[in-house]
Amino acid sequence: MKPALFSHLVPTTVQEALEMMGDHAAEARVLAGGQSLVPMMNFRLARPSVLVDLNRIPDLSYIDDRGDYLAVGAMTRERAIENSALVRDACPLVYDATLNIAHLPIRSRGTIGGSISNADPAAEYPATMLALDAVMIAKSGRGERSIPAAEFFEGVLSTTLNSDEILTEIRVPKAPADSGAAFVEICRRHGDFALAGVGAQVTMDGDSVAAVQLAACGVGPGPVRLTEAEAVLRDNSLTNEILSQAEQAASAQVDPDGDAHASAAYRRKLAGVMTKRAVQQAAGRAGGGV
Amino acid sequence: MTDRTSVTITVNGISLTGLAEPRMLLADFLRDELRLTGTHVGCEHGVCGACTVIVDGVAVRSCLMFAVQADGAEIRTIEGLATDGEMHPLQKLFAKHRALQCGFCTPGMLMTAIDLVDSTDDLTEEDIRVGMSAALCRCTGYEGIVNAVAEYAGKVHGKEGVR
Ligand SMILES: Cc1cc2nc3c(=O)[nH]c(=O)nc-3n(C[C@H](O)[C@H](O)[C@H](O)COP(=O)(O)OP(=O)(O)OC[C@H]3O[C@@H](n4cnc5c(N)ncnc54)[C@H](O)[C@@H]3O)c2cc1C
Ligand code: FES
Ligand code: FES
Repeated sequence: MKPALFSHLVPTTVQEALEMMGDHAAEARVLAGGQSLVPMMNFRLARPSVLVDLNRIPDLSYIDDRGDYLAVGAMTRERAIENSALVRDACPLVYDATLNIAHLPIRSRGTIGGSISNADPAAEYPATMLALDAVMIAKSGRGERSIPAAEFFEGVLSTTLNSDEILTEIRVPKAPADSGAAFVEICRRHGDFALAGVGAQVTMDGDSVAAVQLAACGVGPGPVRLTEAEAVLRDNSLTNEILSQAEQAASAQVDPDGDAHASAAYRRKLAGVMTKRAVQQAAGRAGGGV
Repeated sequence: MTDRTSVTITVNGISLTGLAEPRMLLADFLRDELRLTGTHVGCEHGVCGACTVIVDGVAVRSCLMFAVQADGAEIRTIEGLATDGEMHPLQKLFAKHRALQCGFCTPGMLMTAIDLVDSTDDLTEEDIRVGMSAALCRCTGYEGIVNAVAEYAGKVHGKEGVR
């Protein structure tokens, strides 16, 4: 099918975009990479009458080192993130998550801000931001807000962004020096949305887990911070016993729905298995061995 | 909304202008407005890869971009691969390895593979399988496609085959 009619607005500065969103908040949608919005428009599942296209605002595309954290402009393409040595070194979980997103031609256009604003329950970035305690910067004509990831994701395709707000920047805390990270998932075909996935960042102190951050995608209406499994792992050695306790804790914490691709029970099982694999891989990369 | 605006893109080195409503997809602009029908349209939601073209140096889905967004861009399509009536090396390898049957997926496969090989100089067979999973083929079973892309990657990067 083809999209319904719309007006195409093309701001070249953030300020201009905010004014346009203020003027048309009720009927306007932001167009970022278009890799989620345009399919929905092609099938007329979305029929915005105004699109505010951010693709000609160069100021929204950057990856900056700000000491404790990386600041990533909302329009930074997924492909630019996967090619960034800075991201790979400072925020390896973001790098690993990116490799699991779709396919190269989709990552050529898709943006980090678009993925996070879209909040698909199976998407990797929302879970990654939740695991890493990232902060979203949202702007509107009314001012600027910093929204911690834990308060940003509300449910299926739903966030706490207001209709006139634009997500402009994502601040991702850098990984501790002796940490390792891994994002693992199961999907029907590489690049498809995950049936279930888990991102882990683990810091080791000798044989024992000094810090651990875990979040899952695909197993609930939004990303899930796996606090129960984190509690099992913290200050413990990664023995088989502890790992299987963490696996069980993750499975018990999530509440997935079943669909044509996988039953609820299978997804619940996967949440545990992915947790165990992600922690093992992350710890291996931290030099903790398993 | 229904106003058609002028869109100028450089396609395969030639500057071409056409008219497009904002909602016209780049794929439809190439096919219906510029009459470059080598770019195919399958699913219109980014899944099949048949519409893949190279925009400003990177492969993208032309069904997920509006033509007006491509104004001023440089685009490579399947029509630009052959030079002086001579097939592109990757096209020859697709023939050699029987990497096509009906040919519907082939334009997207070729543009996907060219971007993949150009942007990575150290491809394993696994990388090629992952990279080419971006496009669907309902005929060949993929073996020929993977073999053709592997031989091409070896040629471009001056290596015997792939690791
Ligand atoms: C075949 C296919 C497979 C895919 N597989 C995956 C996958 O495995 N994992 C995954 O995570 N994603 C996947 N995607 C989605 C892809 O990552 C998208 O690029 C991403 O989810 C949306 O980003 P975008 O920049 O394209 O946003 P758009 O499609 O432009 O926008 C998405 C939504 O967010 C809003 N929005 C965008 N940017 C902003 C902003 N800065 N401020 C406020 N609102 C904004 C838009 O209004 C729209 O509602 C896939 C897509 C396709 C087509
Ligand atoms: S037609 Fe564009 S990906 Fe299928
Ligand atoms: S050759 Fe027929 S779909 Fe690929």
